Amino acid sequence: MSQKKNNGTLVTKINSSDVRVFYDQAEALHGVDLEIYENSVTALIGPSGCGKSTFLRCINRMNDVIEGCRITGKITLDNEDIYDKGLDVVQLREKVGMVFQKPNPFPKSIYDNIAYGPQIHGLAQNRQEMDEIVENSLKKAGLFEEVKDRLNSPGTGLSGGQQQRLCIARAIAVNPEVILMDEPCSALDPIATAKIEELIHELRQNYTIVIVTHSMQQAARVSQRTAFFHMGDLVEVGDTDDIFVRPEDKRTQDYITGRFG
Amino acid sequence: MFPYLLAAILLISLSGFYIGRKQASNLRSQTKLHSLPQYHGYFIALWCGIPTILLILLWTALEPVLLGSLIRSHLESQSGGLTPTDYVIMTEEVRNLAAGVALGTQDPLILETAEWMRSLQQSSQWSMVVVTILLAMLIMAFTRSKVAPGFKARHGVELLFNGFLFISSTIAILTTIGIVLSLIFETFRFFELVPITEFLFGLKWYPQIAIRADQVAGDGAWGAIPVFSGTLLISFVAMIVAGPIGLMSAIYFSEYASPKMRGWTKPILEILAGIPTVVYGFFAALTLAPLVRDGGIAIGLEVEARSALAAGLVMGVMIIPFISSLSDDVINAVPQTLRDGSYAMGATKSETIRQVIIPAALPGIVGAFLLAISRAIGETMIVAMAAGLNANLTLNPLENVTTVTVQIVVALIGDQEFDDPKTLSAFALGLVLFIVTLILNVVALAIVKKYREKYD
Ligand SMILES: Nc1ncnc2c1ncn2[C@@H]1O[C@H](COP(=O)(O)OP(=O)(O)OP(=O)(O)O)[C@@H](O)[C@H]1O
Ligand SMILES: [Mg+2]
Repeated sequence: MSQKKNNGTLVTKINSSDVRVFYDQAEALHGVDLEIYENSVTALIGPSGCGKSTFLRCINRMNDVIEGCRITGKITLDNEDIYDKGLDVVQLREKVGMVFQKPNPFPKSIYDNIAYGPQIHGLAQNRQEMDEIVENSLKKAGLFEEVKDRLNSPGTGLSGGQQQRLCIARAIAVNPEVILMDEPCSALDPIATAKIEELIHELRQNYTIVIVTHSMQQAARVSQRTAFFHMGDLVEVGDTDDIFVRPEDKRTQDYITGRFG
Repeated sequence: MFPYLLAAILLISLSGFYIGRKQASNLRSQTKLHSLPQYHGYFIALWCGIPTILLILLWTALEPVLLGSLIRSHLESQSGGLTPTDYVIMTEEVRNLAAGVALGTQDPLILETAEWMRSLQQSSQWSMVVVTILLAMLIMAFTRSKVAPGFKARHGVELLFNGFLFISSTIAILTTIGIVLSLIFETFRFFELVPITEFLFGLKWYPQIAIRADQVAGDGAWGAIPVFSGTLLISFVAMIVAGPIGLMSAIYFSEYASPKMRGWTKPILEILAGIPTVVYGFFAALTLAPLVRDGGIAIGLEVEARSALAAGLVMGVMIIPFISSLSDDVINAVPQTLRDGSYAMGATKSETIRQVIIPAALPGIVGAFLLAISRAIGETMIVAMAAGLNANLTLNPLENVTTVTVQIVVALIGDQEFDDPKTLSAFALGLVLFIVTLILNVVALAIVKKYREKYD
């Protein structure tokens, strides 16, 4: 169903088929089939409680942490089943990073926040390499200039927007292929939001990004593809321009025109 | 007498309640009242009850004091030339006789005075009954006359409640202040007999001095350092045991244990916290101390029968639940978003615990440890049973040491006078102990509070 909007062929990075999620007995997702393309930004939108975060968390298996959460169906990353018995979640999460709604820097220095992931995955052989990783990640996240003089002060001492960019830098420090973002701007003011959106634009060159957002404008600004969820169903997915201009489903139309949600 | 009187007062209060409520609800059928009828009832009942019961308590407390001094001046006027101590003894005899304890005294003066005291007591009791009941009735009559549509009975009740709670808290605070002041004053008296420099810096503690002239004993030495070093040594051993075990079990409970597991293992730890310290004490003295000594001998170490090691080990076991439950709280207060953040980076559970959760919880854990140390320092029963009496200045846990609390116990049992240094030393030790634990608690609570603020 995908049109070739972004010059060149589209490569499927993540593919989910008939994904159902149960919290204890309650089914929160009723069979989601969604393709996510490489080097593009996919926005997940929908009213509160429709299962956007639940779906997002399936992609890096963060639902494993939740007691009583069960998943059926299949999700592949580069054609590999990520729920396969033989798959190591640690390696999966090295490839699929995540940024949360509320900035959650670790109670460590700015430097150590970034170094955390590379150190866990053994990406740096020595201090010098680590310094490079930290500097590069901060630069990619557009934070380096602001913090280069206080890399050793605590990450929790930054402003909310800076903290969120720190979390993004932390995620890209392990050089992932996919970055999941769950309402990354909902705790930020417009200026900090604009910075993050700009950053998403740049990151798209190298990463596949899936972003959950409540803001139609944000979805329209940052994404190439948009998926609309409603009450646990994936109602409609398509190029962002099409979804916002010519939604096929009545529920999508109602939602983006602000009739509910 | 006393229970009947109380019952009578309560009865009067109760009827005051019903009378007030009835009267007010009669009024209510005609006009609008400021306060609901039951507030009028409460108003009368509380005013009848509280002041009179306070009066009864005051009377009962003051009566023996007043009668005592009355008797004493009577005795003094009847017989001259006796020492104050004699009078104290005589007054006591009179008191006992009057209370019906037969002493076999033949002294007519005492017999006669006892008779007199009994009659005084009788009349005092009766006048108390009459006065309080009259007072209750009077208040009832007065407060009844106040029942009126515009009368703000609700405010009155609130005010009384307020006052009642205020008085309760004042009593608690005043008692604390009183205890601290008495500690301080007695400590000053001790320092009049023993130089403060000797107490604070002296290295020898021999409190066994002669109290009566016929006793043979040393001159005494009052250097508190060995005593405190003993306390610290035992607390140190205890923390070595309790710190790691308590912390590890807290981590296990909060991060690894399933809710079901948590459901039945946590109560077991709480039982451990509920064991009376005296039980730990004889466990230490009778079971563990011999074990430690035999074990030491088996591997060729010289271990004394009452070693600091044995006492510290048992004290450590006692503190485990304390540390574990405090640390558990602290670890649970670490926001879930931090754990999620770490897992999402691909960290394993143990990496997350070591690198994110523990550093985040560290201030709280430090606070928990400080509180535990202060508990260990103040602990008495275990060391009284399992630690020694010799103030031995050593860092070797296999030797016998004594502790501050043990020395306080020792100072206050057996032969004693209230103005000899042995007895007074208890106050000085107690004061220092109090200051140390106070500082520990304040610092610990400040740290924990700051930590909570960070994550709320
Ligand atoms: N941990 C959980 N335990 C039980 N039910 C859950 C849990 N998390 C989510 N749910 C349920 O699953 C459904 C989808 O929730 P989800 O958080 O995915 O919604 P969302 O689309 O992200 O909403 P929002 O926009 O408010 O973040 C909701 O009905 C929610 O109540
Ligand atoms: Mg959500």
